[in-house]
Amino acid sequence: MTMENITPNDILAKAEALRNNLSTGFRDEIVKSIYSEAEKVANRAVKTASDKKYDFDQKIDRLVTSPITGLPIMLILLGVVIWLTVSGANVVSEAIATVLFGIGDLGRSLFNQVGIQWWITGFIWDGVYLGLAWVVSVMLPPMMIFFPAFTFLEDLGYLPRVAFNMDWLFKKAGAHGKQSLTMAMGFGCNAAGVVATRVIDSPRERLIAILTNNFVPCNGRFPTLIMLATVFVASAFPPALTSFVAAGTVVGVVLIGVGFTFLMSWLLSRTVLKGEASAFTLELPPYRKPNVGRILYTSIIDRTVFVLWRAMQTAAPAGAIIWILANIPFGDVNLARAIADWLNPFGLLLGLDGVILLAYIIAIPANEIVVPTMMMVYMGAGMMINGPSSSASIYDLLVHGNGWTLLTAVNLMLFSLLHNPCATTIVTIYKETKSWKWATVSVVITLGTAFLVTFLTASLARLLGWA
Amino acid sequence: MTNTKINLPTEHCETCPAFTQLEQMGIKVGDFDRVVALAGNPNTGKSTLFNALTGLKQHTGNWPGKTVTRAEGGYQFNSVKYKIVDLPGTYSLLSASQDEEVARDFILFGQPSCTIVVTDATALERNLNLVMQVMEITDKVVVAVNLMDEARRKGVEVDTRSLARDLGVPAIPITARTGEGIATLLAAVSDVIEGNIQVKPMRVEGTPEFQKAVNQLVPMIEAMAPGIPNARWLAIRLLDGDARVQKAITSGELGEIISRQTRADVQFSKKMSVEGRQ
Repeated sequence: MTMENITPNDILAKAEALRNNLSTGFRDEIVKSIYSEAEKVANRAVKTASDKKYDFDQKIDRLVTSPITGLPIMLILLGVVIWLTVSGANVVSEAIATVLFGIGDLGRSLFNQVGIQWWITGFIWDGVYLGLAWVVSVMLPPMMIFFPAFTFLEDLGYLPRVAFNMDWLFKKAGAHGKQSLTMAMGFGCNAAGVVATRVIDSPRERLIAILTNNFVPCNGRFPTLIMLATVFVASAFPPALTSFVAAGTVVGVVLIGVGFTFLMSWLLSRTVLKGEASAFTLELPPYRKPNVGRILYTSIIDRTVFVLWRAMQTAAPAGAIIWILANIPFGDVNLARAIADWLNPFGLLLGLDGVILLAYIIAIPANEIVVPTMMMVYMGAGMMINGPSSSASIYDLLVHGNGWTLLTAVNLMLFSLLHNPCATTIVTIYKETKSWKWATVSVVITLGTAFLVTFLTASLARLLGWA
Repeated sequence: MTNTKINLPTEHCETCPAFTQLEQMGIKVGDFDRVVALAGNPNTGKSTLFNALTGLKQHTGNWPGKTVTRAEGGYQFNSVKYKIVDLPGTYSLLSASQDEEVARDFILFGQPSCTIVVTDATALERNLNLVMQVMEITDKVVVAVNLMDEARRKGVEVDTRSLARDLGVPAIPITARTGEGIATLLAAVSDVIEGNIQVKPMRVEGTPEFQKAVNQLVPMIEAMAPGIPNARWLAIRLLDGDARVQKAITSGELGEIISRQTRADVQFSKKMSVEGRQ
């Protein structure tokens, strides 16, 4: 063997031979000496003042990660964040809606005065613009509040504590404890949650985390939940309680989502992704004073504007499609209505209706536009040009105009919570797993769950005579 | 993005060589003179330092594992242009998880001119394990002892001179969040790269028979892959029976990894805008 033509296998064989000659555990020796050297160096360099009797961080941690108070504190924090979002969003939402729909009126009348053809005016102002106005007024207010609150907790160092508290639950489900970190990221955006699963070492547990990430509602779906909770559930209570009831409802839906995360993780780890949960060490970082400027930048510029811009990109064409469908005559009605009527029996079976399913199909690229799309289809062509800006008018439109019941609202919340990931997330799942099979599985699992659960609740409600 | 000149806070007088200006170059890393890698345990503030140097807004978050991809940016210091690569935080360079692999592959094969290992002043001992593992791979190391403000709050004192003497590489106390010590750090990086500071990294040698085995493997690896930067480390991994390194050598993946790490990242700005949003 000459040095010129050494093959990889020569090297491996040589390494193998050399290894067998070495005393066993030589590598352990090296690792051990790295640790002991590190210890020596650190001991020489670090002096810890001994007069600090207690550490404030540790005191907080004892409370925040205790088996008794840990979970309640977590629920309270979740409740506070959602309550802030719900009550704050309601204030801003109406103002934004009034302004945006007002601009739509102005634009429309301006176009009419100039004498532009009706279909151009309609396409632009009742299609594209209305779609955009809806998305902004429904989505922007909750995001403006939720993202800074979430980023605050993230910068503070609370997320690893969540992982610590929930570790035993994930372990029971046969999943990785760090899945609670990726689940938390999913609240912001499921695609981001899927990318974050890279922190999980084991491929099996990572796949579980990826496939179940969609069961926590992302910021695109929060507005739907908040609107439905406010308009339908909370409206039955006195005004003083509205925001609390709405927030409580959303927290309930989120917990159902977390429940499905565990259930599905458990099912997956018992069937196609069999295995034991692996052990891991998780550092609890010190609490750090969040930097206000950075929080605002991250949450407003990087998160809010980014997510909103993405939603707007799909809302504009969706608005255009709805307007076109609503203005093509089909028999006695328009095409949108005809398709919705055709989907209606299936929709009713799930406790929903045809319009919701149609809106859902149009909104596949980005789930966050389901509600705007649905509202536009309900309002149809020329029926009601302006978007209703208050909860009362939305309630009126849905219940009296379109026969919604509490069941419809509840099932739409469940459907929105459980249904398939948005197109961006599906593509992200493909990129992360490099397999269309798993991307497809993620859709089948979620959509299947959504159909099954809504069908069951609808059947149960009808059986008991509630709907 | 416009280049912003900022004066870094410094306690030294203006005649000190460390007193100088940093120019943040954002993602304009088209032509650069040097490549600097940022390594460190999770959640020690690598991304905060990265942002302070580049003026970029890579997401930072107070949880281990925030950075799962590598992010790149640029800065200019004393008229030298640096490309800086923010690596995912790792406790070691030996495991198989994806984030650790990203970090390991870059330090091994990306041939950075210098690697800054960011450490947590409040948990130095654990952090030093990674420092020593990085020093197994490369000589050009500067240790940044970050979170000095937190250490002071906790009553922890770090003697960086003793640290530097023991480790054989510069150890600079910094607080990335406030900019404290960053000018000194950059001066040290530049000195290490230019050879103004002689580094002599502390290495665990192992038993004589182990050293002999390593010395037999190194020339073979160098003969198979001429110009390979870290033959010694690869030899150690092979002796250890690291399946991943074995696979990399037999499948020819090694050459591919080397060229991938050194290839100019043309799609970089797009990557930042997509993957930077975590």
